[in-house]
Amino acid sequence: MTLAAQVVVRRGPLTVDLAVRVADGEVLAVLGPNGAGKSTLLRVLAGLLPLDGGRVVVDGDTVWDDDRVHVPAHRRSLGMVFQDHLLFPHLSITDNVAFGLRTRGVRRPAARGTAQGWLERVGLAGLGDRRPGELSGGQAQRAALARALVGDPRLLLLDEPLSALDARTRLTVRAELRRHLADFAGSAVLVSHDPVDAMALADRVVVVEDGAVVQAGTPAEVARRPRTDYVARLVGLVLLPGTAAGTTVALDGGGAVSVGEPASGPVFAAIRPASVSLYLQRPAGSPRNVWPARLVAATPHGSEVRCDLAGEVPLTADVTATSFAELGLAPGADVWASVKAADVTVYTR
Amino acid sequence: MRAIRRRDGGVPLPLLVPAVLGTAFLVLPLVGLVVRAPWSGIAPQLARPEVGSALRLSLLSATAATAASLLLGVPIAWVLARSRIRGRSVLRALVTVPLVLPPVVGGVALFLVLGRQGILGRPLFEQLGVTIPFTTAAVVIAETFVAMPFLVISVEGALRAADARFEDAAATLGADRWTTFRRVTLPLVAPGVAAGAVLCWARALGEFGATITFAGNFPGTTQTMPLAVYLALQRDPEAAIVLSLVLLAVSLGTLLLLRDRWLGRSTAG
Repeated sequence: MTLAAQVVVRRGPLTVDLAVRVADGEVLAVLGPNGAGKSTLLRVLAGLLPLDGGRVVVDGDTVWDDDRVHVPAHRRSLGMVFQDHLLFPHLSITDNVAFGLRTRGVRRPAARGTAQGWLERVGLAGLGDRRPGELSGGQAQRAALARALVGDPRLLLLDEPLSALDARTRLTVRAELRRHLADFAGSAVLVSHDPVDAMALADRVVVVEDGAVVQAGTPAEVARRPRTDYVARLVGLVLLPGTAAGTTVALDGGGAVSVGEPASGPVFAAIRPASVSLYLQRPAGSPRNVWPARLVAATPHGSEVRCDLAGEVPLTADVTATSFAELGLAPGADVWASVKAADVTVYTR
Repeated sequence: MRAIRRRDGGVPLPLLVPAVLGTAFLVLPLVGLVVRAPWSGIAPQLARPEVGSALRLSLLSATAATAASLLLGVPIAWVLARSRIRGRSVLRALVTVPLVLPPVVGGVALFLVLGRQGILGRPLFEQLGVTIPFTTAAVVIAETFVAMPFLVISVEGALRAADARFEDAAATLGADRWTTFRRVTLPLVAPGVAAGAVLCWARALGEFGATITFAGNFPGTTQTMPLAVYLALQRDPEAAIVLSLVLLAVSLGTLLLLRDRWLGRSTAG
C-alpha cells in the first residue's frame, strides 16, 4: 500500500510536523533520538492519536485522517509491533496471535490453526500454549511480529521492535525481521533510534529531530553523507561544516582542513574517527591536516579506544588499545592529531 | 548487630503504641462476641426458621445487589477511567455521594423517588400497579444504592492502574472499543473487579439504615440479618449474639474463599 502522510501534532512545547511517503512494498525507517516525535508519527499512522493538522492518505485516494475524516485504528488494515511487545498477558501465545483474526470474524478453530502456522514461521512452534510471561524477550517479540502479520495487513508499523532486547538476541531477531520484511508484501514503517536497525532493515531512511525531518535518503546515502551532528554521531562520523575553496575548507568553527577532492561554497567535511591518528610530537613529514589538541575523554569500545579531542578543530579519534597504551595517553594529555586529506569526505550543505 | 536489627525491624514508639491500641480496638469486640456466645444453646437458635429465612434473604439480596452493581457500576468505572467526555469529575462526585451519605438519608431519598407518592413510584403504581417500598426488591435497591460506589471506586482504580496500551494493541488488531473492553480490558482488571465485588457484597450484606427506612422490617420479605440482629438484641440478647456470629462467619468465609481464588492474584501478578 502506498502511504502519504503529513502529520502535525502539537505536544506541549514541541510541534511535530513530519511528511513521509512510503511506496508499495517499501520499508521506511524513521530514525531519531528519543522525544523527536517518531512514536507520535507511528501512533498517528495507526489511528491511535488524532491529528492537529495535515492528512494521512493511503493508496493515493483513501483518506485515513484529515480535518474531517478519522478512520479509527480498528478499521485500518495494519499490524503494529510495539517496543515491549504488549502481548495480552491473560491469553496464550496462540490466542494472542489469533486475536486479530477473531476480531475480524474468523472462527476460533480456523483462527488458531492460522496462528499456529504463523508461530511456526517465526520459530515458535510448540510454544503456543504458553503465556507471554513464560517467553524470553526474543520469543515474545517474535510472537508479537506473528500477531501483527497474521491478518495479512497492508501496512506494518514497527515501534522500536528491537530496543528492548539484549545485544545478542537483538542480532538474531534483527536478521529474522529482515527475512520477514523481505517476504512481506505490504509497506512498512520502522521507528528506531539505532542506525543499525535502519541500515539493516530499511530501503529508505528519514531522520527526525525535534519534530522535523532533517534528512532523507537511502541508508547508504545517509550513512555516507550525514547532514546533522546527530546523524553523523550515529553513523560514526565527525561532521565539520565550512566553506570550500579548491581543496581547502575553511571551517565555520575556525581552522581549515585539506580535502581530497576540490569543492566550492558551503560544504560538510566528514571525518571517520578511525582515520584520525594521534602523536605525542608533531609528526614528521608533511601531512597537511595536523592540529594540536587535548584529550578530554577516552572510552574503550571493543579493541579500540574512542578519544574525544578538544582544540581548534573538534575531533574524535579511534585508536587501538595497544597504541593508546604505548602512547601512554590519559585524559588531559596534549597530543597532535592528523588526518590524510584523502580521508576527508566533502559534500555540499 | 542489635542496633542494625532495631533500625530495620523496629517501629518508633509514637507509632507502635497507637498501632497496638488500634488493633486491640478492632479485634476485641470480635473476641468478645466469640467469648460471650452461648455455644451450648447455639444449635436450637440456628434451627429457628426466622434465622434461616433472614440469612437466606440476606445472602440473596446482597448477591443480587452485587450483580446489579457489577452490571451498572463497571460501565460507570470505565466511563470515569477511560472516556474523554466532559464533566467526569462531576460524575465521579455524584456517584460517590452514597459513600458519605448516611444510609438512613439514602433510604429516605429512595422512598421519595420510588414510594407510592414518589417521582417514579407514583406512575409505576398508577400505571402498572407496582409498589416497590417494603418489598424484597426494595431491599436489593437499598443495598445497591449504598454498596455500588465501593465497586465503582475500586474498578476505576484497577482500570487506571491497567496499562491502556494493551487497548491500543487490541485496536491495531481490529478490535472496536466494545470488543477491546470484553476481550482485553475486563480480563486484565478482573482481580480489581473481583475485589470491588467482594467489598460491595460485604457492604450490602451489612446494610441496615437504608434498608429499614426504604424496605421496612418484615420477616421473610425484608428482614435481613442485620435487622434481625438489631431486633433480637432488644428482646433476646443470646439470639442476637448467635445471629451476629453467623454474619461474622459468612463474611469471613467469603473473604477467605475469594481471597484465595481472586484477590491473591492481584497481589501476586
